[in-house]
Formats: sequence, structure tokens, C-alpha cells
Amino acid sequence: MAVRGTIGGIDSPEALEKALRAAYYLADEGIATAAYLALALGKPLLLEGAPGVGKTEAAKAIAAVLGRRLIRLQCYEGIDASAALYEWNYPRQMLAIRQAGDETIDIYGETFLIERPMLATLRAPDSTVLLIDEIDRSDQEFEAFLLEFLSDFQISIPERGTVRAAGRPVVVLTSNRTRDLHEALRRRCVYHWIDYPTAEREARIIMMRASSVAEATARAVVAAIGKLRREPLSKAPGVAEAVDWAEAATLLNKGGARWPDAFKRSIGVALKDEEDLAFIAGRLDALIAEAAA
Amino acid sequence: MSEAPQLPRAARAFVLFVALLRANGFAIAPEQTTAFLEAIALLGPGGPEDVRQAGLATLAPPPERRAAYDLLFRLHFLGGEEIRGDEGEDGDEDEDEDEEVMRLQEEGRGDEEPPLADEANASGEMALRAEALAERRFGPSGPSDALRRLAREAPSRLPRRRGHRRMRARRGPWADLRRTLRESARNDGEVMRLGRLKRRARPRKMLLLIDVSGSMKARSEDNLRLAHTLLQATPNVEVFTFGTRLTRVTRALRLKRREQALAAAANLVSDWDGGTRIGDALQAFLAVPRFGSYARGAVVVILSDGLERGDLSALREAVVKLSRRAWRLSWLTPLAVGSSFVPQTEALIAIRRFVDDMVDGGSSAAVVAHVLSLRQRRTA
Repeated sequence: MAVRGTIGGIDSPEALEKALRAAYYLADEGIATAAYLALALGKPLLLEGAPGVGKTEAAKAIAAVLGRRLIRLQCYEGIDASAALYEWNYPRQMLAIRQAGDETIDIYGETFLIERPMLATLRAPDSTVLLIDEIDRSDQEFEAFLLEFLSDFQISIPERGTVRAAGRPVVVLTSNRTRDLHEALRRRCVYHWIDYPTAEREARIIMMRASSVAEATARAVVAAIGKLRREPLSKAPGVAEAVDWAEAATLLNKGGARWPDAFKRSIGVALKDEEDLAFIAGRLDALIAEAAA
Repeated sequence: MSEAPQLPRAARAFVLFVALLRANGFAIAPEQTTAFLEAIALLGPGGPEDVRQAGLATLAPPPERRAAYDLLFRLHFLGGEEIRGDEGEDGDEDEDEDEEVMRLQEEGRGDEEPPLADEANASGEMALRAEALAERRFGPSGPSDALRRLAREAPSRLPRRRGHRRMRARRGPWADLRRTLRESARNDGEVMRLGRLKRRARPRKMLLLIDVSGSMKARSEDNLRLAHTLLQATPNVEVFTFGTRLTRVTRALRLKRREQALAAAANLVSDWDGGTRIGDALQAFLAVPRFGSYARGAVVVILSDGLERGDLSALREAVVKLSRRAWRLSWLTPLAVGSSFVPQTEALIAIRRFVDDMVDGGSSAAVVAHVLSLRQRRTA
């Protein structure tokens, strides 16, 4: 296996963490280490975590740090090779056959091939980052199909032969863990479970993402969100919701709303489930007052 | 130590650590060991924390077994001294949680493999004592007729849904361009027949929630057997048990041999024959997004007598939420005998309106008959 000590001037988890910070992503030690190892060992990086903890953001930040183009493949049930890998341009092939007349033509030539994300990555491994998003949404057939790609970085097109990557591409997979991924897939990857950030880090993330938010607001939001996450809600607010809430409350406050009220009125950006809102409604005032104190 | 004579001395400790993890039921492939060693070399290592992080990233312990991983790590690299200090804290935390929230269990004491060393298990046992939990051993038993019928008929008779993957068909809404082109190339580009595609049917997700409280004592063992049979017969089945706690037993029941699977599940569940807090258990189930999504569009089967000792409104609320997510929600209770069953207990009356079926769950044959009839038109 090709072990590369440095990629794009990054030679340690600390260096990567610093670079990610410059790309507006605050990484903790765990994710910085996992991402660095994935880059250095040339293995795919598998990120799992609850919705809204910044898995996709991490991939975007890694692409930004490396100065590469991010190719995103959103998974869904029934995704197959023609959506992920390549597709033939059938109408064009058909026309070509008709026009060729008595001449021979290669209908499986380059001009008839439509590149999809995985093939695009294989062909330009040094200038792209492939993000395979929400792999748990795809079905098991697709997961099995990914195995060849992720271990050897090659794919076979029956009509043309095998396409192999010149170098090891950078691949990031994310999963919300709505189902268990196959062990074979997990073991091919460098793995990291992203947890909700600590209060301190979450406050810094909010201030970094939304520059208009004052520090006191950010801390109050983080405290309130922390309490909400401990409630049995059907959808706990993620980091993105925390940022939105802080931003929305700041906006309302600038428009004239007083502080505790601004939080309360903008709760809709943090909790997006009617039942959750009803569940928390009675205690919301106390919760916000406590968090703002 | 003779197993790896060619390894450098420095690497031996790490390889032995992997062996220790394997002995405790972590599935680790050889290539992961290689990656682990490379990762350590890459990181320096600057200290034990680097090694721990390298292990987390390359050996990929599942998140719910993180605590076990950390414990083994400390045991192996830092010795026993530090562990005792930390144990006390862990134990306290667990007990605090117990009072407030329903405990979720996914990876319990020892899981399906031999338990850890005694001191390693101390914290778990301490927390468990608070609820006076019971263990259960299952006696061997041959497959009954009902279970045999379930295993035979489940693959073809369980509910299905239209999947999103397409397959060849004589007729269907889409043209199969790939096949059509291949065939037409043989005929000088003349399309003789247009291939068609249709959506393939897939087995619908199933979710089994099994009551293991005292009042269901006579049934819980059979119900778990049934769950095992079902899980072996079809994919996409999730199984949870509940009493005073909620436990995911799907993984344990995936083991092929029935005795082994049931023993593993029995080992995982720690609230056998205790009280019931159905409402709280279902609420806890819905509050974990990962679990909650198992119910979405699924066939949900609850095997419980509905003798609720907790809060009735919590139960009703949970059932309402579940019925909204589920494709069909069945409540199988041993109390419902005969077709003219009218619920008498307060809990069952409260939820009757929200479940699709409330039928007899008093024998394996009855449960199997209902499960196999789920595909037919809804009764409610």
C-alpha cells in the first residue's frame, strides 16, 4: 500500500486541523487524525454520525484544503452503475449506427460514454475529491458494487475493459447510520464517528460560521441546544440548526425583538417537528432563561 | 508470543492489542491490522493518545462499543492501575442516567462472545444491580410446526413494496435502452423489439417489538424464537425487546444456530420478567433517530399484553407516532382471544384507535398466522 507522508504540504493531524480551520471547519482531534490517516494511507474515509453534525461539511473542507474539485454522489435507494459510474449515450449510438451505413464504427467509443461521478474521479484522481454521501440510503447491491471501487480503485466497463486510477483518489463516505453498513465496507475505510461537538467548540463553530452572532448569543444557543439534545425529541437539533438559530435570533434582535423573546420566536429553525415543538413548548421559557443566564 | 516471531519488538504490543480486541468480539480484518501499524508509524506516535486514535480510525470499533474499546485499550497499554480509578466514575454516571431516562442497550454485557475479565465488567454489573435485573437461560427445544411454517412461507408471503431498482420485464413503464441497443446493433441498427423495465418488488422492512416483562413471561421465550426464525428467513427485520429497558437484539439473533442466537440475545437483555414501562420504552425507541427510522414505512408488530405500569399518556403518544410512521401497526396480545375481542385494560382501550390490528398473540401459531396474513388487505 502506498503510504504518503505528506499530501499538499500536510504532514500531521495538527497541520490538517490548522488547514481545516482556515477552510472554516473546526475539527476535533479525532476527525483530524482520521482524515490525515485516510489521506496518508490512501484509504477512503468513512464518516458516521447523527444528521447535522457536519459530515458533508468535513468532506467539503477537505476538498478545499487540498485545492481539489469536490464531486458529490448523493446516494438513494436503487442507485446503480448508470447513475454512479457511467452511462452510454444510447440515442447518439443509435444515430451513429444509422448514419454509418456500410462503414464500420465503434459505438463504444469515448464520444458515446457519459461520465458519472465515480468514473470522473478515477480519471482525475489528483484533482478531485469524491464524496459518496449518505451511503446508508443506497441498497445493499450498491454497497457490494462499491467494494471493488474502494479497495482497488478500479472499475470494469464490459464493453471497454478495466479503468484504473493513476493515483489513489481521495474518497469520503458519509452515513447517518439508518442501517448497519457491511463489515467488508467498513474495514476498507478509515473510520470516524462524529459526535456532537463539545459546548466550547460548538460556540466557536457558530461564531465562525455566522460572523454577525455575538459571543454571548452563541453561548446561550449552545447551552439551550445542549439541553434540547438531552430531551427525547424525534429529531435532535444538529450543529447546522444551532448556527441557524443563533443567526435567526440575532436577526430578530436587530429588528427590535428583546433577547429571550428573539430566541423563542426563532425556535422554528432549531426544532422542525410539530410534535417536538408541542412537547417542549411548556418548558421553553424556562429552558431559554436558564441557558441565557 | 510465538505467533509473530518476525515482528519487531515494538510492534508486538500493537498486534497483541488487535488479538485482544478480536478475542472480545471486535471483527478486525488483517488488512486493518496493517493499516493500524502504518497509522501508528505515521503519527509518531507521540503518546498513548495517538495510538488510541489510530486504533479508532483504522480498526473501526462500532460507536456503541467505544467504551469497551477504550477499556481494553487502557487495560492493555496502561495496565490495571488506572482502570480502577476510572471505574468508579463510570459507574456513578450510569446510575445517574438510570433514574432519568430509559436505558438503551445495544451492546450489553459480553455480547455474543465470552465476557471480559472480571474487573472490566465491574462497572456494567454495578449499574445493573440497581434494577435487580434477571438473567434467563433458554432450554433447548425443537422447531415447532408454527415456526417451520414461518420459515417456509415467510420469504414469499410477507408484505412487499415496490423498490426503486429496475429489472427487465415483458411490459413496464420504461424502455430498456441498453438491451434494445445491443439487440439493434445485431440487426444493423434496426430496432425490432423495445425492451422494457419495471420496478422490482422488495420485501418490506419489519420491526418486531417484544415485551419481556413479567406478565409476558410465558410468551417471551417463544416470541424470541419466532423473531429468530423470521430474521433468518428474510432480510430487513429489526428486533427489539422491552420491559423496563429497550434492547436491540437484532445482531444477536442474526447468528444462524438458534440456541446460540437465543443465548446471545438472552445475555444481552437484562430486564427479563421485570416491570413494564411500555410507553417509556416506545418513546425511547422513537427518540433515537436511527431506531425511529426502522419504523418508517415498515410492518411494525408489537408483541405485548399492554399491561402498562407507567404513564398512559406516554404510551398513547408513542403509539400515535409509531402508527403514523409505520405502514401497518399490529398489536398482538395474549389477552385477545377470539374474533369478538374487546379490549378491557385501560392501556389497550387507549391505543385501540391507533393500531391497525389488535389480535391474538397467545400462541406461536396465532402469531405466525397473523404475520403471514399481513400482506392481505388491511382489516382496520
